[in-house]
Amino acid sequence: MAVTSAPIAAAGRQGQSWSHVIAFVVMVGFFAIAPLFIYPLFLMKALCFALFACAFNLLLGYVGLLSFGHALYFGWASYLSAYAAKAWGFPPEFAILTGAATAAVLGLIAGSIAIRRQGIYFAMITLALAQMMYFFAVQAPFTGGEDGIQSVPRGWLFGLFDLRDQMTMYIAVLTIFLACFLLIYRIINSPFGEVLKAIRENEQRAISLGYKTDRYKLMAFVLSATFAGVAGATKAIVFQLASLTDVDWPMSGEVVLMALVGGLGTVFGPVAGAFIVVAMQNYLAQVGQWVLVIQGIIFVLCVLLFRRGVVGELAHYLRIRL
Amino acid sequence: MSETILATENLTKEFAGFVAVANVNLRVERGTIHALIGPNGAGKTTCFNLLTKFLQPTQGRIVFKGRDITALAPADVAQLGIVRSFQISAVFPHLTVLENVRIALQRRRGASFDFWRSKRVLDQFNERALKLVADVGLSDVVHVAAVELPYGRKRALEIATTLALDPEMLLLDEPTAGMGHEDVARIAALIKSVSANRTILMVEHNLSVVENLCQRITVLTRGRVLTEGDYQTVSNNPEVREAYMGTGHA
Ligand SMILES: Nc1ncnc2c1ncn2[C@@H]1O[C@H](COP(=O)(O)OP(=O)(O)OP(=O)(O)O)[C@@H](O)[C@H]1O
Ligand SMILES: [Mg+2]
Repeated sequence: MAVTSAPIAAAGRQGQSWSHVIAFVVMVGFFAIAPLFIYPLFLMKALCFALFACAFNLLLGYVGLLSFGHALYFGWASYLSAYAAKAWGFPPEFAILTGAATAAVLGLIAGSIAIRRQGIYFAMITLALAQMMYFFAVQAPFTGGEDGIQSVPRGWLFGLFDLRDQMTMYIAVLTIFLACFLLIYRIINSPFGEVLKAIRENEQRAISLGYKTDRYKLMAFVLSATFAGVAGATKAIVFQLASLTDVDWPMSGEVVLMALVGGLGTVFGPVAGAFIVVAMQNYLAQVGQWVLVIQGIIFVLCVLLFRRGVVGELAHYLRIRL
Repeated sequence: MSETILATENLTKEFAGFVAVANVNLRVERGTIHALIGPNGAGKTTCFNLLTKFLQPTQGRIVFKGRDITALAPADVAQLGIVRSFQISAVFPHLTVLENVRIALQRRRGASFDFWRSKRVLDQFNERALKLVADVGLSDVVHVAAVELPYGRKRALEIATTLALDPEMLLLDEPTAGMGHEDVARIAALIKSVSANRTILMVEHNLSVVENLCQRITVLTRGRVLTEGDYQTVSNNPEVREAYMGTGHA
């Protein structure tokens, strides 16, 4: 009995990662040819947000924790990355690492405070902490206040690649994105990730099985904050700028929107969601304030009509996992 | 000869002045199936929540295998070997039957913070998981998401998951509630078979299940222990008939 069923168990999982492999190849293929017909700067922006959304999705989609303050990690990592590159003359790889480490530490602190709260209280505490750090960013001298940190040097990656060249920068950003994307994929599909899903599904039950769920949630929170940090830190290098926009609360809302539009708890959804939202903002820029209204409408439509998000609906329609 | 595995001393729980559990002194002997019965709202589930530390007692002590566990966290209690089920079936709805059971097996592996490792390392548990799944009669739905199972089969899955931890002591809150006749018989037989070298404390409304399975019965009403004994003694107690069964039937 057990002997005959074991291969079926393996086959079941094999079948599902198969669709992931194809989707990944399609995604990489798209990014490889995209610079031929889309501005690299737009692509780089979208990639940074895609990573940010993936990091956020790790928390909401796979642990069920709604952080409403993820701009904190994205924005502060971007400040520290910009500052390290400009004031300390760090090469870009170390500047980005500095940003990521900052986000990890902030994630550990904020996570330790928020993790014991449930549901809406968790969201409120993450928002409150992010707002606190926003005001700190406004006041602190080194962030440059309203001006932000400008003309950050892109520098030479590993002392070898001149990032002032747009294509070189694009390849660097794409590499960072893909590495983090694969790492997040691994986290979701690790023994640790299985416990996270169990906590998302039924935390009380996970506790009754002997899991100290707070520790798992905190670990996931720190990982999510760190990846959000990599995204923010990279963005600062690409745009040679760190500003208040990236630590402000609308940024926290935007990442929720991206994950939701693409599909929560799907692997590729946040990437699609980020591209859709960034593209929308770009092409609708001329209509000014209406962008916000249109974003709001999309948000409502998603919640009402496409609960699974674009990628989620597609996966549902094709009966595969994406 | 007999040894107490779990005991409480004056266990009390108040909710904003309302006493849900009052001075309960419970003694569960190792290797027995012990029933906790009583009318709705008697405090049975609250008792379970206290014993597994999902609730903090207002007063009293809980001793498991001679060790005071009153101050432990619920996950610690589970790791010591007291594993509970819930009155409302508790499965991981969007995980498959196999994955549900594996989550429990995985816990005993320890070191589950390894986010850098592939979950393929968990395949080592498949055989054991499939055996447990077969024991509760779910072999035909191994890869079905738990949410899609009918109620009775969810309960069966919950029991398989609980058994995966191989706990010394099982706390089952109304394991047969809401089940059809056939399922009740299957679960009762399963409980009997797993009781071999374990201790079971169960809340159960189905009295024929209690009669068939349980060596000892504690009757709770309004948070207090009304009486205790074997099925004969308890069911002949006029107070119990009045409080629990209602003098009219049974
Ligand atoms: N968290 C809580 N806060 C306030 N009151 C509670 C809480 N939990 C339980 N109670 C109350 O304590 C009493 C005992 O509830 P409990 O769930 O333990 O009863 P029970 O014996 O399990 O009943 P049933 O047979 O219906 O499951 C009830 O009156 C209930 O309303
Ligand atoms: Mg109850």
